Amino acid sequence: MKRTIVLTSIVLGIAALVHAQIKADVGKGGEKPTIAVPDFRGSGDAQKFMGVFNSTLFNDLSGSGQLTMIAKTLYPVQAPQQPSDFRQGGPSFADWSGPPPNANYLAFGYTATQSNQIVLYGWLFDVRQANPSSAQLIGKIYLGSLDEAGARKVAQEFAADILKQFGATSLIGTRVYFVSDRSGHKEIWSMNYDGSDQKQFTNYRSITTFPAVSSDGTKIAFTTYPVLASSRNANASQFGKQAENLGQPQIYMHSLETGRKLVYYNQQASMNAASDFLPDSRHLLIYSTANGGFSQIYETDLDGGGLQRITHSGSLEVEPKVNPRTGMDVVFVSGRGGTPQIYKMNIDGTDVSRLTTGEGDAVNPAWSPDGQHIAFAWTRGFEPGNFNIFVMDVASREVLQLTHGAGRNENPSWAPDGVHLVFSSTRGGKTQIYTSLANGGAVQQLTTQGNNEKPVWSKATQ
Amino acid sequence: MSDSSRLHASIHPSRAGMLVLLSALVLFAVGCKKKVPPPPPPPPPTPTAIAPPAPVALVINSFTAEPSSVEAGQSSTLRWSISGATDMSIDHGVGAVQSNGMRQVFPRASTSYTLTARGPGGMDTRSVTVQVSSAPPPPPAPPNAPRLSSAELLQQQAQDAFFDLDMSEIRSDGRDALTHDAALLKQIFQQDPNFSVVVEGHCDERGSAEYNLALGDRRSTAAKDLLVQLGVPADRLKTISYGKERPQCTEANEDCWQKNRRAHLSPGQ
Repeated sequence: MKRTIVLTSIVLGIAALVHAQIKADVGKGGEKPTIAVPDFRGSGDAQKFMGVFNSTLFNDLSGSGQLTMIAKTLYPVQAPQQPSDFRQGGPSFADWSGPPPNANYLAFGYTATQSNQIVLYGWLFDVRQANPSSAQLIGKIYLGSLDEAGARKVAQEFAADILKQFGATSLIGTRVYFVSDRSGHKEIWSMNYDGSDQKQFTNYRSITTFPAVSSDGTKIAFTTYPVLASSRNANASQFGKQAENLGQPQIYMHSLETGRKLVYYNQQASMNAASDFLPDSRHLLIYSTANGGFSQIYETDLDGGGLQRITHSGSLEVEPKVNPRTGMDVVFVSGRGGTPQIYKMNIDGTDVSRLTTGEGDAVNPAWSPDGQHIAFAWTRGFEPGNFNIFVMDVASREVLQLTHGAGRNENPSWAPDGVHLVFSSTRGGKTQIYTSLANGGAVQQLTTQGNNEKPVWSKATQ
Repeated sequence: MSDSSRLHASIHPSRAGMLVLLSALVLFAVGCKKKVPPPPPPPPPTPTAIAPPAPVALVINSFTAEPSSVEAGQSSTLRWSISGATDMSIDHGVGAVQSNGMRQVFPRASTSYTLTARGPGGMDTRSVTVQVSSAPPPPPAPPNAPRLSSAELLQQQAQDAFFDLDMSEIRSDGRDALTHDAALLKQIFQQDPNFSVVVEGHCDERGSAEYNLALGDRRSTAAKDLLVQLGVPADRLKTISYGKERPQCTEANEDCWQKNRRAHLSPGQ
C-alpha cells in the first residue's frame, strides 16, 4: 500500500513536471487537454503528400504526451478547413466541444501549391470559446518543398507551434546520437527524434562508443580505440579475429557543425573515457586512470587541458553527469560499496551520498533538463545484467520503474522537452533504440538495423 | 693284378709301394716263364712324396688386415701366420709378435704395417696397408621444425587468468596461469628483445559497458602487476581494457561469462 502511494506520488510528480508550464489549460487536476485533428486536404499537387502530412501531424501531437488525442471516428462528418467555415452556418464549435468528441482544442486547415511549394494554412482553436475571434490560438502559414519531405516539415512545424501553446519544448530538429554496429564496427550515428534520417557520423573502423553532446549542440565527445599502424607483430592477425592492433581507449572531440575532429589532449593513461559536458559547453567530465590506479572522475577543458581530479577513491568511479540546471551537482557510478551504485556529489568532489539502495547494479544516470530527476538503469529485483529503466526524484529519492523485465534496458537519456526518454533495449532480440514518455508510456522503436545503443538526445541546433 | 694290389693297399697302405713292386716282380716272373721279353719297368715313384724333414724353411704364410679400410678412430685387425722364424715383429708400434696371432690397431691415417720375420732359414717381410679415410661430414641437420615467431608462441602457449564476477583480484588459478605466462614471456623476451605484449582485460556482458571498461582496466593492470612481480620487464607490457566489447564467448550462461572475465595476453605493437 505504501509502495502504491509512493509510486502515485512519483507519477504525479512527473505529471506535475510535464504540466507545470501549461499556459492554455491549467487547473484540470493533471488531466491532459483533449484535441481533435481532422485530416487536412490539399489542393492540386499538394494532395499527393497529405498522407505523410496527416500522419506526421497526428503522431507528433500524440507522441508528445502532452495531449489526449480524440479518435477520428468520433469526429463530426464535416470538418472545417478555414475559420470562415464556422461563420457560414457550417460546423459549429459545439459539434467539437460537445459529445461525442468532447474536444477542448481543434487543429484544422489545408494545403495548397504556390510557386511550386507546398503551403500550409494551419489554425488551432479553443472550441470552448464563444466565438472564432477569441477562440483562435494559432493562425499561420507554413512553406515547404513540394514533396514528402516538405509535407513532413510543415506538419512538424505546425505541431511544434501547437505544442508550444501547451508549454512543451518541441522536439523538432532535435537529434539522437547513438552507437551502431551496422557498418561492421561500432561507430557514432545520428537520427531525428522520430528515427528518420539515420546518418553515420564517424568512420574510425574500430570500437567507437560513449557519445556525449555539448548542451549548445556544437560538439560531440566520444571514446574510441585508435587503430594503430600495422607493425612487426601484425602477422598475429592471422591467428585471431581479434587481432586488430587497437590502442588504449581515448577521448575524441568533434565539431557537430563541421563534422571535423577537434584537438583533444588525452591523459597518459591506460584508459580515458568521455562522459558529459558541463552546461557551459566549455568543460568536459571524463573518467580516466590518469592517476595510475582505479578509474577516477576528472574535469578537463575542451582541449583536454586544465585537468582537475574530482574523486579520490580506491574504487572504480565512472559515468559522471552534471546537473544541467545548476552545473554543480554530479551524479556518477561508483563501486566503492561493492556493486556499482549511483552516487551524488558536488562538482568539487565533496558531499558524496549514495542515491540508490545498494541493491543490484545501478548505472547510466542521466539528468532531466530541469535538474530534478535522474533516469538510470537498475537490476534491482532482477538477475545481474537484466537492467530496467527507472526515474528518481533526486530530492526525495523516490523511484518509478518504467520497464519491467522486457529485455535489457539501458542508457536512458532525456529529451530536451523533459517529457520523453530515449534508451536501448534488447526486448526485440537485438539491441535497439526506443523512445517513451518519462512515465514509460508511448514506446516507439527508432532503429532496426544492426545493434544500436548509447543514445543521447541533443537539443535542436538551430 | 689290380685286385691283389688293391687288397694289399687296403690292408697296409704304408707298405703299398713295396707290395706294388713285389706284385710286379711276381707277374714279371710268371710272365717270364710264359712270354717273351717284358716291357721296361715303370719308373720308380717320385721321391718328393716322402721328402726328408731336414732344416725347416722360413715362410710368412699369411699377413692380413681386416678390414683393410677404416675410418679414423676405428680399428682394424692384423692377423698373421709365420713358420720357421724365431724373431718376428711388426712396425708402427706393434712390436714383437708370436708366429701366429692377431692384433687390433687404431691407425689415425693410412698405414702400411710391415711384418718382419727372421730365423735360421733367413728373413722374410710382408706388408699390409690399412686405408684410413677421414670421417664423413655429418649429414645435414634435420630440417628445423619451423621456428615459432614470438607472436605464435604467445598465442599458442599463454594462459588466461580468470576472474570472479565484478572482481579484479587475481584468483589462485589466475596466479598459476600468470606464473606460467611469466616464464613464457621471459623466454620470449630473451629470444626477441624487441617484442612487446598487451595484457587485455575483459568482462562478461552483464555489467554496464562504462563500468566494465574500468573493471577490465583493473583486471589487465592486476595481471600486469603480477607479471612484473614475477620478473617480467614492465616496459615490455602494456595494458588495454576491452570492457565487454570483445567477448570470446557470446552465450548467456555462466560458462561463457566465466570465459569472458579474463586477462589475456596478445602480441603488442
